[in-house]
Amino acid sequence: MAPHSGSGANPLRDPADRRLPRIAGPSGLVIFGVTGDLSRKKLMPAVYDLANRGLLPPGFSLVGFARREWAHEDFAQEVHDAVKEHSRTPFREEVWQQLVQGMRFVQGTFDDDDAFERLRDTIDELDKAQGTGGNFAFYLSVPPRSFPVVIQQLKKHGLADQEKGSWRRAVIEKPFGHDLKSAEDLNKVVHEVFAADQVFRIDHYLGKETVQNILALRFANTMFEPIWNRSFVDHVQITMAEDIGIGGRAGYYDGIGAARDVIQNHLLQLMALTAMEEPSSFSADALAAEKEKVLGAVRLPKDLGKNTVRGQYAEGWQGGEKAVGYLQEDGIDPQSKTDTYAAIKVEVDNRRWAGVPFYLRTGKRLGRRVTEIAVVFQRAPHSPFDQTATEELGQNAIVFRVQPDEGVTVRFGSKVPGTSMEIRDVSMDFAYGESFTESSPEAYERLILDVLLGDSNLFPRTEEVELSWKILDPIEQYWDKHGKPAQYQSGTWGPVEADEMLAREGRSWRRP
Amino acid sequence: MKIDLTDTTASKINKGLVKARRAIGTPAVGMVLTLVVVTDEENAYDALKAANDASREHPSRTLVVIKRVSRSPRDRTQSRLDAEVRVGTDAGSGETVVLRLYGEVSDHAQSVVLPLLLPDAPVVVWWSVDAPRDPANDPLGALSQRRVTDSYAAEKPVDELRSRAESYEPGDTDLAWARITPWRSMLAAALDQVDCEIVSVEVAGEESNPSVELLAMWLADRLHVHVRRAVSAGPGLTQVRLETTGGPITLHRSDGAMATLALPGQPDRAVALKRRETSELLAEELRRLDPDDTYASALRFGVDRLGGIQSAAERAEAAAQPVPTLPVRAVTEPAATGVQPTSSESGNSDRPTPAKMPPVKKADPQ
Repeated sequence: MAPHSGSGANPLRDPADRRLPRIAGPSGLVIFGVTGDLSRKKLMPAVYDLANRGLLPPGFSLVGFARREWAHEDFAQEVHDAVKEHSRTPFREEVWQQLVQGMRFVQGTFDDDDAFERLRDTIDELDKAQGTGGNFAFYLSVPPRSFPVVIQQLKKHGLADQEKGSWRRAVIEKPFGHDLKSAEDLNKVVHEVFAADQVFRIDHYLGKETVQNILALRFANTMFEPIWNRSFVDHVQITMAEDIGIGGRAGYYDGIGAARDVIQNHLLQLMALTAMEEPSSFSADALAAEKEKVLGAVRLPKDLGKNTVRGQYAEGWQGGEKAVGYLQEDGIDPQSKTDTYAAIKVEVDNRRWAGVPFYLRTGKRLGRRVTEIAVVFQRAPHSPFDQTATEELGQNAIVFRVQPDEGVTVRFGSKVPGTSMEIRDVSMDFAYGESFTESSPEAYERLILDVLLGDSNLFPRTEEVELSWKILDPIEQYWDKHGKPAQYQSGTWGPVEADEMLAREGRSWRRP
Repeated sequence: MKIDLTDTTASKINKGLVKARRAIGTPAVGMVLTLVVVTDEENAYDALKAANDASREHPSRTLVVIKRVSRSPRDRTQSRLDAEVRVGTDAGSGETVVLRLYGEVSDHAQSVVLPLLLPDAPVVVWWSVDAPRDPANDPLGALSQRRVTDSYAAEKPVDELRSRAESYEPGDTDLAWARITPWRSMLAAALDQVDCEIVSVEVAGEESNPSVELLAMWLADRLHVHVRRAVSAGPGLTQVRLETTGGPITLHRSDGAMATLALPGQPDRAVALKRRETSELLAEELRRLDPDDTYASALRFGVDRLGGIQSAAERAEAAAQPVPTLPVRAVTEPAATGVQPTSSESGNSDRPTPAKMPPVKKADPQ
């Protein structure tokens, strides 16, 4: 729904007219930390791709804020290069010409009052020249320690004030704190300046098509929901594996670790979507209510030592390349106890899931880059076939492949052709790239558009963030006091302790 | 991979498809629809290319139906079906079967197409030229959920719009309508930004372009004000001007690529409004397969209720805009030139009937 500044509804808009895209109303985007990697590789190309698909309003403006000494033209050139290199859709000069008119650059540091004054002048100028109507989203692509100062500066210079029906929104990236207390502090800082419904927390996983498809698959079909419960599901495995190490992010990563970096946000969100009850509608409030119910029902095992594992990658070979161990990386304290691998078991205490374990794991320098949710079903209670026939039959599973190669796999047993009765696992595949557009929109495209439209369906709320910390905090505290991370060879699927953790319960990790 | 089958049947073609798929090693395919393209030998290349490009967004089984002309009475009594099965890189992201129908079977194309439809998946028929008067009751049209015509390819586009309106059934749609989606979207966005009453509207564009009429009818239908249709030199649509209580809103495009949006009290803005390739239009058509009620409503408004063509003086003024017509269009929208009534190869006064088609250099069937 595009906002309409006037009294009556826009006569050219009709809900039945489904060719007209959801196009954002008059607005602009201000990016702090515009020289960073995320901005160049994801945000700028996403803005261009949106423009190319005709989803941005005429006069859409993009303002960059950074320390670098750039003129508007230098900034435009930088965006141009980033777009040419990383955009998903082909480069078209006329689209670029439309975008470039609204590009501005403001030079300054975050504590520089003059710079924020200049930013305000720029926004006023854009309102006049480009007709952005005072509607601006501030994208904080900055290190967490800079959050409070930028937010305060926005308040101090009146940049967060919404006037005459216009809006000002804040977009923030993870990490949302490093424990419950810091998250609450951060939320306080942000909400002091921006209203709760004007704060958008980016969890780019939620912008992915497959993740939204979890809801479609579960709630638009009849064949999955009846078995989506403790009577049929044996356990659920949620994996996010990376093949890279920490790269140049030592300063950010050390002390944070895999669990805080990934489990707290991405994996718990994926779990909430997998386990939640049917929302009463597909509105932001109804979705958040169901997700909060699930996160609130999560129970940690009593013995955290036996049901959680953390690890650090050691020297090894990853995909044909030699990789150094975490403790040997530049800028890492050789005594560091930071986890680069984390696996935890949680249960959801409600009627649907009681007794069904959810295993969440994430790690760096694992076998390959993959994110998936596997719902593994119980074995058939009785088999008319004899033992030898079903020897190779595993458990049925439905796997959501989040990335790469987005899609859904169903695993089940099938007879092997031949004269004897032999049953073996086969997979049935649905691949997004095959059945729908060759390149589905990047997550950031969807999320930026949603911010401009004010649609908060795909953004975690304060409550969800705080509930997630409540789940993770006891584990982090336990880890602080007990033992140290297990070492695992780079390029493998994690420490043996993780395998043992499942083996104790008669289960094993899938090889994703 | 390509398999040629001469004097064949639908069941042999089905076997050919399985064989071709096995040969390239992809037995399972996630095709979402069957696209039937009805065309003639002259337009087959362009139509097939557009369909293959569109299949990158909508993997489909594409059946190209080409009815071959029989010039002698003896030929007409004989009947033959030739097919070309293409799978893999030769066929976009799906499978393509090019069907050539000779003699009597060309009147029974549906009997060939029916066994080749994908199970369960929706069927879309696209007539790249020579659309039937009543698409929904055409034997091929009757097989499909969605019937795509292109009134721009007709000799008398305005008459074509009248007959489309008469025979409209839910599921009908026209590429001339898809061509104006960016314009409609931009005009809707423009009205988001102002708050005033619209008094009257003028839509200008080249004479033989039904998109201009469709846009005018849509505006008239939605805004309930008087809408005039003016003629300009093109290319395509050139200008929409909304007279409002707050001043005029104009969206002007003279070069077929960049447009200028002028809103009262706001600076002029350049917006990208490029004319699109046929493949992009087709991909848009395939995105939604439910009836397009907005199109129906605009179409039924009726061409005859639009305000008249401009006076000669105004026309001269419009023509004075620095726009060379045809050469530019030929460059900017190559896929469309083949079906333009004004271009040299598609005949002159009447829609080309098979009898008037240029002679075809194919050897006669033994």
